[in-house]
Amino acid sequence: MDELPVSIEVNGSITRAFIEARVTLADFLRERCSLTGTHLACEHGVCGACTVLVDGNAVRSCLMFAVQAVGSSVTTIEGLTPDDGSLSPVQQAFWANHGLQCGFCTPGFVVSVTAFLRDNPAPDDDQIREALSGNLCRCTGYQGILKAVHAAAELTQKARA
Amino acid sequence: MKPARFEYHSPTTVDEAVALLATFGDDAKVLAGGQSLVPMLALRLTRFAHLIDLNRIPTLQFITQSGEWLSIGAMTRQAAAEHDALVASTAPLIAKAIPHIGHFQIRNRGTMGGSIAHADPASELPAVALALDAEVELLGPDGARRVHAGEFFLSMWETAATAEEIVVAVHFPVAIARSGFGFAEMALRLGDFAITGAACALTLGASGAVERAAIALMGMDATPIRGSDAEMALLGATPDTIDFGEIAAIAVEATNPTDDVHASARYRATVGAVMVERALRSAIEEATRG
Repeated sequence: MDELPVSIEVNGSITRAFIEARVTLADFLRERCSLTGTHLACEHGVCGACTVLVDGNAVRSCLMFAVQAVGSSVTTIEGLTPDDGSLSPVQQAFWANHGLQCGFCTPGFVVSVTAFLRDNPAPDDDQIREALSGNLCRCTGYQGILKAVHAAAELTQKARA
Repeated sequence: MKPARFEYHSPTTVDEAVALLATFGDDAKVLAGGQSLVPMLALRLTRFAHLIDLNRIPTLQFITQSGEWLSIGAMTRQAAAEHDALVASTAPLIAKAIPHIGHFQIRNRGTMGGSIAHADPASELPAVALALDAEVELLGPDGARRVHAGEFFLSMWETAATAEEIVVAVHFPVAIARSGFGFAEMALRLGDFAITGAACALTLGASGAVERAAIALMGMDATPIRGSDAEMALLGATPDTIDFGEIAAIAVEATNPTDDVHASARYRATVGAVMVERALRSAIEEATRG
């Protein structure tokens, strides 16, 4: 089957490749862009580990084909991290509040929470629980993550003030 | 990379999409938001030689009002409709139901037309379309036609659209005065497929009695299904005289829920009645307010 030429903007730089149409955006990021921070677990849209931003919107990268991202701007977990190697406010809050244990689900959570807090800067508990429902974590029991999102909201607001 | 190989087409106009579908027929599948189709491809529950992607057709993304109809383009993202002021004011039932679809990341990709075309009997938008007497606009080689929601959903994942037709828009009657809407569903976890649920639309007459009633149940049959007998029983009743438990019992009586790993038919009937009661109560409350 033919491979298609694509050129996709990821974290501000363009990656060009020849790929089959059935290659998911998640696989493209990991295998063609060497951006392995985007994790794959279920690969059918349930777990949320592969969440990335496409034109600013949090989406499952396992449920999009890479060819569909041509012309869009993709941001992965690597792109949310400051260039100096420090942590983003959301990452900082996860680290400080026991928002992760094994860390496998963490990139998906951080991307989802970053988009959620951008649209809801001061969420209450119920809103946070609803927003987190699309990401699965098998270690933490979620309480640390909930605390982390509250803390991240405060950090983000302070950074803006 | 889990789906079987396919040839990818990304038309930029609807005419081009219809021509592609006419060429490939049953060997092709239309790709909308992909939030149901791509998992099915990844699990190899299905495979197609051709995928026709509608994501690059900008004219399929719109929300407009024209007189008594609210029209939503098939490729309008569920998230866009969820947060749209015109949808909230003219078809509040849509705004109430969308937050129950998957998670916000799913709604960012999932589309209004895709959900209707997929016709999952447990999903929200088909039930909403049925409760509101919406019309599904189809476009094929022979032109466009509008099909009433009641005649569109034929069976699980099966609709009145032919293999050569694409869902291009869904038209919803605009809510009139003294109307109220309610939506309730039961899922094992937030965002999971609903076990059962109900969408209700009511209009009260000037005297305060129920003038129009629509109850659509989800997850209770091979398609979303109207509780017609329960609707008839509601007509002419005033809000303070309605026996909600009885109406809900009548509504589920006509359905055929099935047993599966998630719930027994009996459980679905019991909980389905509770969902009807909840949706009905909030619809009545809203209608009474104005």
